Amino acid sequence: MSLTPAELTSAVSGGIGSSPQRPDGNLKVRGEFAYASDLWHEDMIWGATLRSPHPYARIVSIDLTEALQVPGVYAVLTHQDVPGQNRYGLEHKDQPVLAEDVVRYQGEPVALVGADHPETAQRAMKRIKVEYEVLTPVVDMETAVDDTPLHPGGNLVRHVPVRRGDQHAEAEVVVTGRYEVGMQDQAFLGPESGLAVPDEEGGVDLYIATQWLHVDQGQVAAALGRPLEQVRLTLSGVGGAFGGREDLSMQVHACLLALHTGKPTKMVYNREESFYGHVHRHPAVLYYEHGADHTGKLVYVKARIYLDGGAYASSTGAVVANAATLGIGPYDVDNVTVDCWGVYTNNPPCGAMRGFGAVQAGFAYESQMDKLAEALGMDPVDVRIVNAMSEGSVMPTGQVVDSAAPVAQLLKLVKDKPMPPLSTVVDLRDMPGGVSNTTHGEGVVRGVGYAVGIKNICFSEGYDDYSTARVRLQVINGEPAALAHTAAAEVGQGLVTIMQQIVRTELGVERVTILPMDTSIGNGGSTSASRQTYVTGGAVKAACAAVREKLAKLAGGRDPSAVDLVELLGDEVIDETVEWRHRATEPIDPETGQGNAHVQYGFAAHRAVVDVDVELGLVKVVELDCAQDVGKALNPQAVLGQIQGGSAQGLGLAVMEEIQTAGGKVRNPSFTDYLIPTVLDMPPMSIDVLELADPNAPYGVRGVGEPPTISSTPAIVAAIRAATGLALTRVPVRPEHITGT
Amino acid sequence: MDFLRPDTLAEALTLKAQRPDAVPIAGGTDVMVELNFDHRRPAALLDLTRIAELRSWDADDGTVRIGAGVPYTRIIEELGERLPGLAMASRTVGSPQIRNRGTVGGNLGAASPAGDTHPVLLAAGATVEAASTRGTRLIPATDFYLGVKRHALEPDELITAVRVPATRAPQQFSKVGTRNAMVIAVCSFAVALHPAQNRVGAAVGSAAPTPRRASAAEEFLSAELTSTNQWESPKPLLDSVKRRFGELVAEAASPIDDVRGSAAYRKHALSVLARRTLGWAWQDYSGKVA
Ligand SMILES: Cc1cc2nc3c(=O)[nH]c(=O)nc-3n(C[C@H](O)[C@H](O)[C@H](O)COP(=O)(O)OP(=O)(O)OC[C@H]3O[C@@H](n4cnc5c(N)ncnc54)[C@H](O)[C@@H]3O)c2cc1C
Repeated sequence: MSLTPAELTSAVSGGIGSSPQRPDGNLKVRGEFAYASDLWHEDMIWGATLRSPHPYARIVSIDLTEALQVPGVYAVLTHQDVPGQNRYGLEHKDQPVLAEDVVRYQGEPVALVGADHPETAQRAMKRIKVEYEVLTPVVDMETAVDDTPLHPGGNLVRHVPVRRGDQHAEAEVVVTGRYEVGMQDQAFLGPESGLAVPDEEGGVDLYIATQWLHVDQGQVAAALGRPLEQVRLTLSGVGGAFGGREDLSMQVHACLLALHTGKPTKMVYNREESFYGHVHRHPAVLYYEHGADHTGKLVYVKARIYLDGGAYASSTGAVVANAATLGIGPYDVDNVTVDCWGVYTNNPPCGAMRGFGAVQAGFAYESQMDKLAEALGMDPVDVRIVNAMSEGSVMPTGQVVDSAAPVAQLLKLVKDKPMPPLSTVVDLRDMPGGVSNTTHGEGVVRGVGYAVGIKNICFSEGYDDYSTARVRLQVINGEPAALAHTAAAEVGQGLVTIMQQIVRTELGVERVTILPMDTSIGNGGSTSASRQTYVTGGAVKAACAAVREKLAKLAGGRDPSAVDLVELLGDEVIDETVEWRHRATEPIDPETGQGNAHVQYGFAAHRAVVDVDVELGLVKVVELDCAQDVGKALNPQAVLGQIQGGSAQGLGLAVMEEIQTAGGKVRNPSFTDYLIPTVLDMPPMSIDVLELADPNAPYGVRGVGEPPTISSTPAIVAAIRAATGLALTRVPVRPEHITGT
Repeated sequence: MDFLRPDTLAEALTLKAQRPDAVPIAGGTDVMVELNFDHRRPAALLDLTRIAELRSWDADDGTVRIGAGVPYTRIIEELGERLPGLAMASRTVGSPQIRNRGTVGGNLGAASPAGDTHPVLLAAGATVEAASTRGTRLIPATDFYLGVKRHALEPDELITAVRVPATRAPQQFSKVGTRNAMVIAVCSFAVALHPAQNRVGAAVGSAAPTPRRASAAEEFLSAELTSTNQWESPKPLLDSVKRRFGELVAEAASPIDDVRGSAAYRKHALSVLARRTLGWAWQDYSGKVA
């Protein structure tokens, strides 16, 4: 007999389904939370990174002489000082820890300085003489494959075709479009930082803000040429991630300096360096053709999608697969032809960011659905509902959607919400342009737009995606107390709270401690793909079940739930570690894209109401309401937070966020000119949360973090189109696009 | 780096005379950014925040004299009635934190073409008070801005105050940014009616190497209003007048294409801002006269 969760839930507060306070909440609001940038160690030195000023150049020579002479400098290192493999990467090991003979993007690390003070390090860095032979950069993603090869295998990182049904289908109504998505940045507030502390035996402890401790550990160890045991990572305070911390930044660099000098070494990027120090969202060019019958039913969809991976592969391959397999959106279509190419260029490297390929495709296919509605004279929501997929639908990959897919219901929910009233008094804060006093109502036109999106949850394509959790139960001071340990990164999303909630629910104990996340326990997998509540949550739940089995043994024949836990445990310490996997996925066929590639699908829909100053091209998003199915809201407040945050990030892409490049160079590496939404840009949201449990997932959960980022952007752009009558095929929409100047 | 902390203005001026390379720091909202980004490495900083004289304002003879160290928050709260244009511009600067620290003196010292107070100071006919151990001189705002982030101060001078004519006549300030708050101007515009002088002041920001007056627009509108006797008996402005005014304002600008916006957009937006702000100011004026 085992203890069932339901019997125990009632015994404690703060279990699943409630919203207990986050342990880090108050500290963060008060500015007292210790982030990785606050790390400090006695006797530590500071590392700094010399970066390439050129997007593409040959390194002719590097002269360190003068830099080494600067008093206070402990080490100046180049690729020659990388003891292990000078190549790393999430999917392809194509990226040097420090550049050898070529630099492929502006900002590529070339040399490192370790010094007694950040200022000394900066001074020394200016004395490193690097002679470059500047080369012509490859910057056009559509022609990159035929351009100068930047890597030995050429410039194609991955091509994913998806073929389903009749490849020559014809339709009564056809709409085509070309769309562009600019390069968005994760814009996390805590810059890259970490502290590497060498031990006496040639090993190193790295305290680091990351999304995935074990993948960092493997890459760092390989670059250092050390066994895994000698490279130990502990998660430090992470100030946001959104995909931007999946790749290495300064991890190897700090360890190299620490091992080389024998001194604890801290590195922290400033804001500008941070823009060069992590990957961004892939810019995209997307060509679409939708064919439908006169009722609006889609007959076929064809798409060609180009994603600019920049100088190194990062996770481009997986992003390409997402854009391709999710490329037609949450719609039933029998005939599908999709091709997606991810390419190398000399633009900044691009990789993971919230929405991961589904965002780019989402902007294009939802723009197309509006175009189709217009061509048919149909309501934009109706045309979506006519085609909406549902449980049992077949994806273009042939995969059957085997849990809730309430696409039509989500659309109806946002459509049926009451409309915000037109404001009658002038409050500048409600106007496009805000307090900058650009309009008192002149030129302002209201528009409404809708969108829905689809996202795969967890890792796909046959990846062995799992998490490890350890749960210990014992009596401490006469009270039952549990402890949970994983290596899954808390990046601000609230995993530590969820883990506590799960343990409380599963074991019926009030006191739950979460150990710091580190590599002394097995892999927790990545904090990405909206997967941690699902996978690490699943692992913690499974570890609790293992603990309960031990409890049942202790109980002998008795019903353990009827016995007092303190009495039952006595001096016993139950300590269980489990590896937990979600159900397996399959690779997709490289020719046809067919295969059960994904674990689970998540859906969200938005309705955006905007006021556009059509003369100045300024936009105020008045309302951005959302409906999303989350399977089961383990922590309702955290769910709402994810939906608000994801929607805000989508709003940013719709109207302001873009890393602008010219000839491969970043033109706006600062928060002065890379704008993210403020409280006057992001409206309060009305959110409907559906809880249609997925029978395959722990508690029925469905990943929450990414789906709202996908539908937010196209809904807002649709609303701006409705207000202006313009085609608006590029995001972010700039004032110039609206005014035509 | 030396950190000089004078308690009085006299002390500050002596220090500045001795150390012309010392960079004054008031709210620090420009200086600290430059230091943090390593754009500037001054040999010395001259902290002005202890000097009481710089932190007060007073009004007499129809002029408000604002100490260089008065932060935006106080201008908004204390001077909104007397200096409506400056208060409006102050309201658009940065965020509450920046407005608590940032000063008009600092805005002038930075002399960025995008500084929000400049168009208002130009349109309102303000004067910059500059002092050194050699004495005090008054620099009309029109003569203050010399180039991108360059101004008319001598190396030994400090800005002690800015003098702005107090007015009950309408003024407006408007700025375009691609975010609804906390944004640098893509372009900005200020208009000030001077009925006592039968004159209109108008100036553009972030649309040329320096903030500058739109003189042709000022002259056109002043002449138009005067010749039709509208200062005494205002009538609704003809659309054609507002439009022409807008065109002339746009022509006063010589903007560039940059990450914040295109030159063509800036000109277009300025003409819209000019038309709208003039409309608001004139409506307000008509209401007051009637
Ligand atoms: C987040 C942020 C947002 C911002 N938003 C805006 C905005 O919306 N609009 C805008 O116009 N500006 C903005 N700024 C810029 C800045 O806040 C303003 O220019 C402000 O007016 C500077 O005032 P301060 O007192 O902080 O100047 P400081 O930084 O102390 O000084 C600025 C310059 O003036 C010189 N200086 C200061 N006082 C004197 C003096 N008495 N005599 C001679 N020289 C002097 C300094 O040496 C320095 O060169 C922003 C800045 C930040 C950091």
